[in-house]
Amino acid sequence: MTAMIEVVGLRKAFGEVDVLRGVDVSVAPGTVFALLGANGAGKTTMVRILATLLKADAGSARVNGFSLDGDAAQVRESISLTGQFAAVDEVLTGRENLILIARLRHLPAPQEIADNLLGRFGLADAASRPVSTYSGGMRRRLDIAMSLIGDPAVVFLDEPTTGLDPEGRLEVWRAITELAAAGTTVLLTTQYLDEAEQLADRIAILHDGVIIVDGTLAELRTLLPPAKVEYVEKQPSLEEIFLHLTGTPNAAEPAEVSPQEQS
Amino acid sequence: MTSFVADTAVLTGRSLKHITRSLDTIITTAVTPIALMLLFVYVLGGAINVGTDSYVTYLLPGILLITIASGIAYTSYRLFLDLQGGIFERFHSMPIARSSVLWAHVLTSLVANLASLVIVVLVGLLMGFRTSAGIGAWLAVVGILVLFTLALTWLAVIAGLAAKTVDGASAFAYPLIFLPFISSAFVPTQTMPGPVRWFAENQPVTAIVDTIRRLFAQQSVGDTIWVALGWCVVILLVAFMIAMRLYHRRVSRA
Repeated sequence: MTAMIEVVGLRKAFGEVDVLRGVDVSVAPGTVFALLGANGAGKTTMVRILATLLKADAGSARVNGFSLDGDAAQVRESISLTGQFAAVDEVLTGRENLILIARLRHLPAPQEIADNLLGRFGLADAASRPVSTYSGGMRRRLDIAMSLIGDPAVVFLDEPTTGLDPEGRLEVWRAITELAAAGTTVLLTTQYLDEAEQLADRIAILHDGVIIVDGTLAELRTLLPPAKVEYVEKQPSLEEIFLHLTGTPNAAEPAEVSPQEQS
Repeated sequence: MTSFVADTAVLTGRSLKHITRSLDTIITTAVTPIALMLLFVYVLGGAINVGTDSYVTYLLPGILLITIASGIAYTSYRLFLDLQGGIFERFHSMPIARSSVLWAHVLTSLVANLASLVIVVLVGLLMGFRTSAGIGAWLAVVGILVLFTLALTWLAVIAGLAAKTVDGASAFAYPLIFLPFISSAFVPTQTMPGPVRWFAENQPVTAIVDTIRRLFAQQSVGDTIWVALGWCVVILLVAFMIAMRLYHRRVSRA
């Protein structure tokens, strides 16, 4: 099976600072790939290069079989980017945002596409409100919904849950899980380890501009000493208490809807 | 090319919605020029001798240029906000004609400024502005105003692309708003001392104001109209080229 994203020896420096120092990554179609790293590790730079917003200094990359250098237009047809800051229009309503993107992708029936996505992402009630009135989680969901218009083969999500409250985070996790279930290839960057653990089929750790590990969660676990069995009283986490007290529906079982590592 | 037209139309529709949902931007654009017009006509105008019966008729062309100069500040502002938020990057990672993102802002600026100009002209008519201009002269006036708006809008695009802060994005318009004061817009240049007069007579606002004034008065525009058009076209082309260069630099490397 050919890779949906194939990155070989990617390098990028900003002035004196070497951000990417030869990154190799291969993402299989229909999988969720998490790029894990601390702030400033180069995750965003990598995503921006793959999304044709930035030129690499060296190395090559193919997305959906198209080269970033030669076939940028076809790459853009194949991808969708959800950046670190919700890329939504605050003045427009949720529906108008979706219709805008559908029109720009030259799709027939933008209204139907919008209504369909509003329903799918639980935004139908808020569809006619300006986005400036949305919560952080709603904004992110709209953002992701906008990224799905035109069924791109690859979706880049750059720190999709940074700055969200626990409920918003669970909402976004559910959206990503559904995306992957529908066969979309997802490249996700995050600095939250539990997020990668919950969502990703494969995890790579980007550190100092190179990938230091790359594998499934099970493979990464073997890198550490074998698990010890200890008996510990199960205390509810603060997150569970918070979600219980605020009565968020379905929020307590995010793990059940998430794909476990497919080893 | 067809996708450029379609994409520009869609994106222009988007930023026009920004305007229709904050009509205050059109009104605030018109408020300053109207206040200046009231001040000069009803407070200072009695002491100003411009050699015609009606001072408001003399003044209106300059006020129209001030309206445009204050209106384009919103173009830099809206462009800057797009660049700050993620929406610009979203558009750029999509298969659309990239320059249509800029053209949409330019066309929106044109529509918004024309709306503000209509308000200012209506207030001018209430204050006693009269013209004998026929359709042809009116079309010429509108043409010059459109050209001037486009020229200043591309300057505003440069400011929006280059700015580091929201304040910086709109501050560049202030000198433009004051340029008409050192021109024939408020008083004839003959009363000014040597160097000021030289500046006033050779800067673009005087040529444009004089042209519009003569068109309104059904007088011959002579060579002045060519000087006025020349200024507009030169500013437009230079600003356009600088803006495009800045834009491509921003798009290709950011």
